[in-house]
Amino acid sequence: MSATGIGAAVRRKEDQRFVTGKGHYTDDVSRPGQCHAYFLRSPHAHAKIKSIDRNAASAMPGVLAVLTGAELADDKIGNLICGWMITSKDGSQMKMAPHPALAHGKANHVGDAVAVVVADTLAQAKDAAEKVKIDYEVLPAVADLASAQSAPQIHEVAPQNTIYQWHLGDAKATEAALKAAKHVTSLDFVNNRLVPSAIEPRAAIGEYDAGSDNLTLWNTTQNPHVARLVISAFVGMAPEHKLRVIAPDVGGGFGSKIFIYPEEVVCLWAARKIGRPVKWVAERSEAFLTDAHGRDHVTKAEMAFDADGKITGLRVKTIANLGAYMSTFSSSVPTYLYATLLSGQYEIPAIYCEVDAVYTNTVPVDAYRGAGRPEATFVVERLIEVGARQVGVDPADLRKKNFIKKFPHQTPVIMTYDAGDYHASLKKALEIADYGGFGKRKRESARHDKLRGVGFSTYIEACGIAPSQAVGSLGCGVGLWESAEVRVNPTGSVEVLTGCHQHGQGHETTFAQVVSDRLGIPFDNVSVLHGDTDKVQFGMGTYGSRSGAVGISAIVKALDKIEAKAKKVAAHMLEAAEGDIEFRDGKFTVAGTDKSAAWGEVALNAYIAHKFTGQELEPGLKEGAFYDPTNFTFPAGCHICEVEVDPQTGESEIVAWTAVDDFGTVVNPMIVEGQVHGGIAQGVGQALLEGAVYDKDGQLVTGSFMDYCLPRAHDLPTLKVDMTVTKSPSNPLGIKGCGEAGAIAAPVAVINAITNAIGTEDLAMPATAQTVWRALQKANTRAKAA
Amino acid sequence: MSAVAMTVNGKAVTDDVDPRTLLVQFLREHLRLTGTHVGCDTSQCGACVVHVDGKAVKSCTVFAWQLEGANVLTIEGLADPNGPLHPMQEAFREHHGLQCGYCTPGMIMTAVDMVNRKGNDLDDPTIRHELEGNLCRCTGYHNIVKAIAAGAKAMGKGAVQPT
Repeated sequence: MSATGIGAAVRRKEDQRFVTGKGHYTDDVSRPGQCHAYFLRSPHAHAKIKSIDRNAASAMPGVLAVLTGAELADDKIGNLICGWMITSKDGSQMKMAPHPALAHGKANHVGDAVAVVVADTLAQAKDAAEKVKIDYEVLPAVADLASAQSAPQIHEVAPQNTIYQWHLGDAKATEAALKAAKHVTSLDFVNNRLVPSAIEPRAAIGEYDAGSDNLTLWNTTQNPHVARLVISAFVGMAPEHKLRVIAPDVGGGFGSKIFIYPEEVVCLWAARKIGRPVKWVAERSEAFLTDAHGRDHVTKAEMAFDADGKITGLRVKTIANLGAYMSTFSSSVPTYLYATLLSGQYEIPAIYCEVDAVYTNTVPVDAYRGAGRPEATFVVERLIEVGARQVGVDPADLRKKNFIKKFPHQTPVIMTYDAGDYHASLKKALEIADYGGFGKRKRESARHDKLRGVGFSTYIEACGIAPSQAVGSLGCGVGLWESAEVRVNPTGSVEVLTGCHQHGQGHETTFAQVVSDRLGIPFDNVSVLHGDTDKVQFGMGTYGSRSGAVGISAIVKALDKIEAKAKKVAAHMLEAAEGDIEFRDGKFTVAGTDKSAAWGEVALNAYIAHKFTGQELEPGLKEGAFYDPTNFTFPAGCHICEVEVDPQTGESEIVAWTAVDDFGTVVNPMIVEGQVHGGIAQGVGQALLEGAVYDKDGQLVTGSFMDYCLPRAHDLPTLKVDMTVTKSPSNPLGIKGCGEAGAIAAPVAVINAITNAIGTEDLAMPATAQTVWRALQKANTRAKAA
Repeated sequence: MSAVAMTVNGKAVTDDVDPRTLLVQFLREHLRLTGTHVGCDTSQCGACVVHVDGKAVKSCTVFAWQLEGANVLTIEGLADPNGPLHPMQEAFREHHGLQCGYCTPGMIMTAVDMVNRKGNDLDDPTIRHELEGNLCRCTGYHNIVKAIAAGAKAMGKGAVQPT
């Protein structure tokens, strides 16, 4: 391994600009003549918009326009769409309600954009917004998903507010397994609603060039080409070739910046109407009211065990809240990203899952780090942990008994796991966590009047999203391949253009490592470009832990072509047969001789083309590739959480965390460990601190960082992170992906640990001090009564 | 509009500002020093931390006019643009104390202030407690804590401190 090649903890190229304040985020972009947009948002969860009086506002200083949904409709600007078609059990298609970028006739959640004021300055736009008079007729609202199906109907297309009633698996076989079971563990779950909260708020600048009739959008997006496609083909803003989307540095995404949002559509539309660039930057309160939220499931599940402790069946019934409108990929999250992972790391012969997705008068819900897989992991890993406690078996032993041991393994819920060694990650985690010493530590905690608990999570996820044909057959409207172009310059330096997009992942570093490793050229001679539809070929963007497994694979495929072409050039230079040329460590050699040409010489010769005719070999050295994966990848591992609970206050402190993950080949262990740390923090946030709360009228009670508790440094322990490796056979380098693992594994490890400490399973997330204290009191009262 | 004059990163600056202009807006929009970020508008996230007269201040909570005559240091002025990184910047890079980079300027300015107040030998609980005003959504803080401990030590080894 070279100092900068695959496997090296290379320090990041990106950091020079970020640590010196020279990052270039959307809000840092300032266009000549730019004006500012301020959105008027519905203060009601559900209300008819009876009238909008904008006369006074329009006359305010600096105001350029006050625009509403009526004009948006007049201009035939189309609705936002959800791009994954889910078919219900009865064969009917999901009920997608219209989602205009500005509400027209009716507002459906608090924060729904109703009008926009555009003015020379943001302060002027805000001042004018106060003069806009909107007359609402408040309608009954529903925020709670459990009662959504019996609440007043929100959208005409969706009776009982039901979007689809979907299922997967074998109902009869599962029913039979439950009937024949020696033991059945049944649990009810609420997977709490989360607000992704990237620290950079969303932002957009729309600019119109009348001379060329071109539109440009600077946007905080994880996938600029997908944004362009949707805004062009569905919203109808402009033909695809007349719309450029630039995603500069993006300050965190976690899924929430995948989706196409109303504000970016409105900025483009307003820019063309007004003839000046229009900028909008979300305030944090707007982010809470408009960024797609995550999770929000209510679930009932039963796991069947035979006399030997083998799992024989799993039945799951979930209601998933998709909010007021169907966001871009919302339909896929509680279905194909959820139920397909319900087999966990276990051999389960029969699984059946039913999912009802519902509308409520809340912010739309869509993919958030892990997207469906944390919810599935929570169900499976709570059931097996509680099952072990109920039958009196060590939870680690019950897991071992049920682990899948042979690969490939076909689960009853679509997925074919290609490789893994679940025993290895569990064994290593048990050693690092000193599981054998837990009893001693528990007694030590007891001496300090603390309750100590340990919890496991042996999770699995499906990443490397995804084989296009497979997802197409499941209703996905796009292919999920990735693209790359490798441009070799005459001096031998290399530019990689990737369809992925980085927003914290360090692609500029890891992708350069792969190229440096392959071509034997200095790491510093490789640059990575992304995030501009005018520069980069169509690509699908970054989410679903796909950039390594799919994005790098596209680069490898392009590098294969580069090498093949360079060998042809070298053969001419060295006057040898192409088949005799060997390429190693940046040097082309004629096999069995000392004749060689360096990488730089071959690159130069490819361009000067003096040694061959342009008819037999095209000049130049630039190759592109589209890589479509053959399967998902299946990262998996074992996280062990140890907590101390103060029974007097209910406060839980995470005192130790061990993570042993199998991500296949690791390009940069420093970056991968960083991804694990961040994922765990978000998972701990879900388990202990975070929860979006709506009141009965549909007002978001947790609408700022004052009320919605993001983990801070003192909420988290130092983390022990280690790895095992089984390579993925589904892509050239054997990469599985690491971005979501922590967020998938962590919540259930925490809850398993706290419930182990307090001796009751009845505990909701977030397990705040009050929640844990109440659970303890309830358990004590029950114990006394018994 | 009224004029305000202050020193930013060692340079005298003056401009006309609306009374409601916040320091962060003055820095970002008037001076185009966009390294100082806005993440929350409610003083919760710390992405906007700068130093005012040597102390860490959330620049979204102070009006520009309040800083008449003040000495302001932003992330852009922490190290000489033509010289090496400040030891704390270097420590964040070396220890992978950042991912998306958005909270980073505020984290680094907070960290330098922490060292100024607490010294060069900072233990894990002290750093975690002192970071209570800064949010990061990417790193889980693990490597930020490591970076600050290392940066604090490096700052003690005769590194020149900016004024």
